[in-house]
Amino acid sequence: MHELSIAKNIIDILNENLTTDQKCKVKTVRIKVGKLTNIMVDSLLFGFEALTRETDFEGVTLEVEQLPLRIKCENCGKETDLDDFAFSCPVCQGSAIQIISGQELIVKEIELND
Amino acid sequence: MAVLTIERKVLEKNDAVAQTNRQLLKSLGIFTLNLVSSPGSGKTSLVEKTIEYIRDRIKMAVIEGDVQTDLDARRVDALGVPVVQIVTHGACHLEAALVRDSLKQLDLSAIELLIIENVGNLVCPAGYDLGEDVKAVLVSITEGDDKPLKYPAMFRNASVLLINKIDLLPYVPASPETLEKNALTINPHLKVFYTSCMSGEGVSEWCRWLENKIKKK
Repeated sequence: MHELSIAKNIIDILNENLTTDQKCKVKTVRIKVGKLTNIMVDSLLFGFEALTRETDFEGVTLEVEQLPLRIKCENCGKETDLDDFAFSCPVCQGSAIQIISGQELIVKEIELND
Repeated sequence: MAVLTIERKVLEKNDAVAQTNRQLLKSLGIFTLNLVSSPGSGKTSLVEKTIEYIRDRIKMAVIEGDVQTDLDARRVDALGVPVVQIVTHGACHLEAALVRDSLKQLDLSAIELLIIENVGNLVCPAGYDLGEDVKAVLVSITEGDDKPLKYPAMFRNASVLLINKIDLLPYVPASPETLEKNALTINPHLKVFYTSCMSGEGVSEWCRWLENKIKKK
């Protein structure tokens, strides 16, 4: 259940990036979560809601963009989204691959009400 | 309606503290191991066996992470090795700041090896860098050979796999070869060891590898 710790880190980033005025105007926080981060989105949303209750951020929507596990094969150069976690190229079966996406855990942007 | 672009890693603070830990440990020539597994795979037993095998040649300290109790620290203390117990009171993983605070309680000038035994959990510790040189994942054969496929992030992020409790192989249907194959599917660069902390099998191979790493640091 590390989602609670992740939610707390997101709230810390909000506090660090917003002025006192802006903190009362937050409508939506958009984050990117890669498939390889083991984050359960429902748990994260629950944790965020629980930790923001009776704060400036109560009622703020946390919008989660889930990113696929995408690899690039160093052998044939093809980029592929993997459905499972077999870290090899489905095209040429090469095991020398780079992970292009799937490890992200990023606060992307904050939308404020006028 | 204003949109502020942030683009900051959620765990950037942890990563920054981990980097500071890493630099401190590197400057002192201390090789650091982050030992992770499910609860009950044998992490503390492996720590005990490792201490017994190498303590005549290598000076070391241990940081124990647990949700509750100092039982593990007492086991290490009984072997005469400096140990700091972190009790997380519910948190399912260690964070770099907890390790940083524990380092202050150890005489770092007197050690060459630091073993951090993480909280027993195959999910949450995967994303938290502590500043270690090597993350070693331990799986006991009694847990089944499909664990790497079920918890891929941990096996992807580790560089060593220890398949433990191999003395129990006659009593369980799991295949160590399948476990190794599954793990290498997730991460072909894993260095694999087979160990039993009861019979001692494989412990010397693991410790020799570890000693070699320590000397190279």
